[in-house]
Parts: sequence; structure tokens; C-alpha cells
Amino acid sequence: MSGALARFGRWVDDRFPLSQLWNEHVAQYYAPKNFNFWYYFGSLALFVLVIQLITGIWLAMSYKPDAGLAFGSIELIMRDVEWGWLMRYLHSTGASAFFIVVYLHMFRAFLYGSYKKPRELLWIIGMLIYFALMAEAFFGYLLPWGQMSYWGAQVITSLFGAIPVIGEDLALWIRGDYVVSDVTLNRFYSYHVIAVPLVLIGLVWAHIMALHEVGSNNPDGIEIKYQKDAQGRPLDGIPFHPYYTVKDMVGMVVFLILFALVVFFAPELGGWFLEHNNFEPANPIKTPEHIAPLWYLTPYYAILRAIPDKFLGVLAMGVSIFIFFLVPWLDRSPVKSIRYRGPLYRWALAIFAISFVVLGYLGTQSPTEVLTWLARIFSITYFAFFFLMPFYTRWDKDKPVPERVTSK
Amino acid sequence: MAATVVGGTGAAMAAVPFVIALQPSERARAEGGPIEVEIDQIEPGQMIRALWQGKPVWVVRRTPEGLKSLEGHDEALRDPDSAEPNQPPYATNLHRSIKPEYLILIGICTHLGCSPLFMPKGESGEMGAGWQGGFFCPCHGSRFDLAGRVEKGVPAPSNLVVPRHRYLNEARVLVGSDEADAGEADVGAGA
Repeated sequence: MSGALARFGRWVDDRFPLSQLWNEHVAQYYAPKNFNFWYYFGSLALFVLVIQLITGIWLAMSYKPDAGLAFGSIELIMRDVEWGWLMRYLHSTGASAFFIVVYLHMFRAFLYGSYKKPRELLWIIGMLIYFALMAEAFFGYLLPWGQMSYWGAQVITSLFGAIPVIGEDLALWIRGDYVVSDVTLNRFYSYHVIAVPLVLIGLVWAHIMALHEVGSNNPDGIEIKYQKDAQGRPLDGIPFHPYYTVKDMVGMVVFLILFALVVFFAPELGGWFLEHNNFEPANPIKTPEHIAPLWYLTPYYAILRAIPDKFLGVLAMGVSIFIFFLVPWLDRSPVKSIRYRGPLYRWALAIFAISFVVLGYLGTQSPTEVLTWLARIFSITYFAFFFLMPFYTRWDKDKPVPERVTSK
Repeated sequence: MAATVVGGTGAAMAAVPFVIALQPSERARAEGGPIEVEIDQIEPGQMIRALWQGKPVWVVRRTPEGLKSLEGHDEALRDPDSAEPNQPPYATNLHRSIKPEYLILIGICTHLGCSPLFMPKGESGEMGAGWQGGFFCPCHGSRFDLAGRVEKGVPAPSNLVVPRHRYLNEARVLVGSDEADAGEADVGAGA
């Protein structure tokens, strides 16, 4: 039997580089042996992507992208389609889980300098994935055609109207109508189920290719490929399979426990994963008393609202997202990992993380005067992290970096 | 080199239909035609809403007290004289309308497209003691007076838009068309 299987394997290999791909990217891909908790989130992101693709395909079987039918078709999925409620809650919880996992994955990069040379392109591809993910979430959010869907899309498409000269025509072109309408819903559906997922899958592939070209970083921020044994294998590396495939499966089990708790016991999570206003059908005449995007976009929304000028507000919001692309060049430290960085970077990263979370909270709240001032203060600390980075990373008192990875 | 230029030009021209296909369709444009609104049932101080081009259109019947509130706070306004072209020429006046009593506005905030709330004087305690009546956008906190003029220090950059309109008779007003088009059947949606 195994002889027949081996013969079949050789037959395939003569026609398609199957075992070559398997060895290059799994069985003989050497990853540093000192990965810790923070290294679960890359494989988890891939796992959530698969959940979203599969549940999305099933949801599309019952969903109707029509302004007159969309809201009702969601209720049909919830009440009448067999297991439809599960597909929808997996998909809606998956959207938030995707961002939780991706934010932790990005924070890991800030902890261990994973964006620094030679991983600049890896970081940029990752940021493009983050962008595509935000677009995907935004397009998907219109589909239930609730009040929050409608007015959220109205506000975001109007953002483009703030661009001088071409803005209004651009917003019209994006919506395909004078306001968000059936036309907009139909085209967002097309983007959500075809266009952006194709881009996402392509970018994820490029992200993994770039990672395997330069090799994984690690909590010590040391390049393992400089210390090799006689066979040319990194001394501090272990094969991805079976060592990390097994480790990542443990991560998936823990993730699935938490994920299932939300899906089965609190799918709306008190309005954080599914907003209350969205259980009311879209009404183009009446804006809800308070509108806010879902939690994963609120830090940028808080920055937008903090500035009392339309164009400058939109500009600041755009910069707050785009600035991530420049981080590999803003960081002037010779050291990658926070373990060997000085106090300045540690403080800066802590203040940035707090600013991001506080802005995220402020973006969900109604804009009172006190909260607007808080948003302004934290917008300044948010931008200071990036704009001052070339200075504090250069002046910082970094510690000596060891030759080999450590096991803490 | 020449082949690249020819091929690139061809690819760019092939992209044109795909880009233009995202523009509003003929139907969306046709549905942007003018609408008639009945205004004789509005009580003084009240507002009614209609829908034109998918956008909310407001008609407010202002009281004499409301009209008086338009004076004396120019310094708090960004564009008190309606210098920006957010209204047709016949509404470029203090009350921003043809008849002082009736204010007709597109009910969409000039900031990011939310629909502001009508906040009459005396019923809107949360707007502060000096509030003379007007509009408040709950999304980002922009404030407008009873002629739709924007206050300083809020995110909205300009006054609320007055659509082209004309009176068919005392009780009916046509929104989306004015004297300039009178007699023409279709005015399109370019207003």
C-alpha cells in the first residue's frame, strides 16, 4: 500500500513540484525555536480567513443584495434557513475576531521589530492586507441594510467628498447614486464577495512568500540564518512541521473555545460585534441619534471627529492609517526586539497602545466637549509615536544583543 | 518599447468602460427629477420631510419669532451672508428662501452626509440656554441656525444646501426645478 502511495507521489512530483513545495514551506522551513505567545496570531489570522470564506459562501446562498429585500433576507437566514443563524454569527463574530487577531499580530511586530530590515516588504504587504481587510469589513457592513449600515456607508463615502475639486464627483462615482442606494448595495455586494476576497488571498500568498524568503523574526530579534550547522541548517531553527504546526493547533483550540463562547452565548457582545441600531431597517430620511463604525475602525473615526475642519479631519484620518507604511524607515534603532531596547521606545510603545485603545473607545461615544478634547490629546500622542520615532529610537539607550536566541 | 506603449494605451482604453460603468445609471439619473411638495398643512414652527434624489428635503414654516432669531449672531456664523454658492441666487438673502416664512433645505449635513435633527427653540434643552432653534447633526456635532447657516467651530464647512425650487401655487412647491426650467419637461439631476 505504502509502495503504491510512494509511486503515486513520485508520479505527481514528476509533473508538479508537490514535495518540493511541502518541504520548502512546511517540513524544511526553519523557524526560530524561541517563538512565544505572540507568534500564534499569524496562523490564527489565516484560520479566521478560512472561516470567513466558508461561512461567506453559505451566507451568499440565501442573502439578497437588493435594498427592498436585503434586511428581510438576513432575518430569513436567522429564522428559516437551517443552521443559517450559525453561519451568520460565525461570520459576524469572525469579522471582529479577524481584527482582534490582526491587531495583536501587528502589535507583535512593534514589540519585536518585525518590520525592520530585511522585512520591510513583508510589513508593507501586511499593511496592504490590513487595508483590504478594512475595505472588506466596510463593504460587508452595508449588506444587512440596517440603519447603522446605511448611515455608516453614507459617512464613509462622503469622506471622499472632502477631497478638493474632484471629491464630490468621486463620491458620486463610488456610490453610483446621489446617496447610498440600491445601486450602492448591489456593487458593495460584488466587491465584498468577489473583488476584495481575491485581492486578500493574493496578498496573503505574497505575505507568506515574502516571509519564507527572509525567514521569521523572533522575540530576540536575532537573524538565525547567521549561525548555521554543518548541513547549513540554522542552529536556532526548528522545522515548521511538526514543531509549529502542532503548537499552532494548540493556539487554534484555545481560540476556538473563546470564539465559540461568543458565537453561542453573546453573538452581539452587548452591541460591540453587532450594533443595536442595525436591527432597524435602513431609513434614508432619518439619521440615528448616534452613529459610529464597529469597534475596529473607531480609533481613526475618533481622529476624524477630533478636528473641527472637514478637509483637515479627513486628511488626519488618512495620515493616521498611511503612516504605518513608513514605520520601517521611521525606526532608526539598530536593535529589533523590545528586550534589548532602551526605555524611550518602551514608553513610546506603551503610550501609543494606550492612545489607540482610548481613541477606539472615544470613537464609539457621542461627541461631547470633554470627550472631543480627550480625542484631541490622544490624537496628538498617536501621531507623536510616529513623527518622533526617528528621534527617540536614535537617542535610546539600547542594550547589547546576544549572538544566539535565548529561551525565556 | 513601441509595443509597450501601444499595448499600454490599449489596456488603458479597455479600462474606460469599466470605470464609467460605475457612474450613476440612466435610471438613477432619471429618478433625480423634480418632486412636488404640499406645504399648506404645515403649522408655524413645524417641519415636514420629503424625499428627492434619495435625499431628505425639509420644509420648515418659520414663526415671526424664528425669523427674528436670524439677526444679531453673524459673528458666530461661518458664512452669515451666504457668500458660498450653497443656494440658488433667489435664496441668497437673510432668510435663505423665496418666501421668508418657508425654508426649504436638503437635509444632509455638509460635513459627512448625515441628516441633522430639527431642534426647535424651547424643546431642545440639551442645546444650551441660548439656543434660538435650528439644526443639530448628531454624528459629529455640527450646529446650524434656522436658515441652515453653519456655526463657527464645528466640523461642517458650509451652510446647508438650498435646492432649486419654485412655487406652483400657494399650497404646492416644486423641488429640483426653478423658473429657469419652467416649461421644460425634464431638468435632469445636475442641480
